[in-house]
Amino acid sequence: MPVQYYIFLSIVLFCIGVMGVLMRRNAIIIFMCVELMLNAVNLLLVAFSKMWADAGRVDASGAQIFVFFIMVVAAAEVAVGLAIIVMVYRNSQSVDINIMNRLKN
Amino acid sequence: MGMSLQQIVFGVLSIISIISALGVILSKNPVTSVLCLIVTFFTIAGHYIMLNAQFLAVVHIIVYAGAIMVLFLFVIMLMNLNAEIEPQKRNWLKYAGAISGGALLLVLLGALREADVTPIQPAASDIGLISNLGKTLFNQYVVPFEVSSILFLSAMVGAVIIGKREA
Repeated sequence: MPVQYYIFLSIVLFCIGVMGVLMRRNAIIIFMCVELMLNAVNLLLVAFSKMWADAGRVDASGAQIFVFFIMVVAAAEVAVGLAIIVMVYRNSQSVDINIMNRLKN
Repeated sequence: MGMSLQQIVFGVLSIISIISALGVILSKNPVTSVLCLIVTFFTIAGHYIMLNAQFLAVVHIIVYAGAIMVLFLFVIMLMNLNAEIEPQKRNWLKYAGAISGGALLLVLLGALREADVTPIQPAASDIGLISNLGKTLFNQYVVPFEVSSILFLSAMVGAVIIGKREA
């Protein structure tokens, strides 16, 4: 099976995430689209890991370790990011991303 | 049409994941978005299993579907968000976002269409099993592993401090 299929699937998922970030105003939805983009990249890394393992590389599992660390960092990022969103909601009673305009002043 | 079983499974999983990913960005209700994203994560776990990354598939389900999405759902229900109070962008901004995302899609597809990569063999390999990954992790990547534990600790402290009422 050509690895191009996985490249195309990852591109489509990544671009859906980009569209979501550009189209929505809800901060939580934007955050979820960022997670979607991270997962598209992870899928591509795992596909390339399988490709190099089939080509005979002995260190191909390094890519899977890399995906593991990306998941670790994503979990930490979600904890801090959601805490920030909750704090913004508590101060302004809204998760509209345009609230962040106040940072200008 | 001589399609192998692997290609059929790949096609079904891909269609489900793309449709549910579209559901994330198109649904008006945030809770529906979270549920669509959970479906997307499960299909991505299916792709991991097909790519001989069994350990990653299990970790992906536990971390994303089990922890991260529950956190999202918890926050959304805590704020009592629903479709009525969902903030909406102006229409031309939505079209501009969709067109720029589509342009990025076209550029990436066009750039990588002719990529010279070797195909994936259908035969199973054991690189994704936990014994191999554990040996690699604790032989070559011990220092990043320990650093990530410090990262987790600082993220936990940071989340608590940010979430406190009177900081």
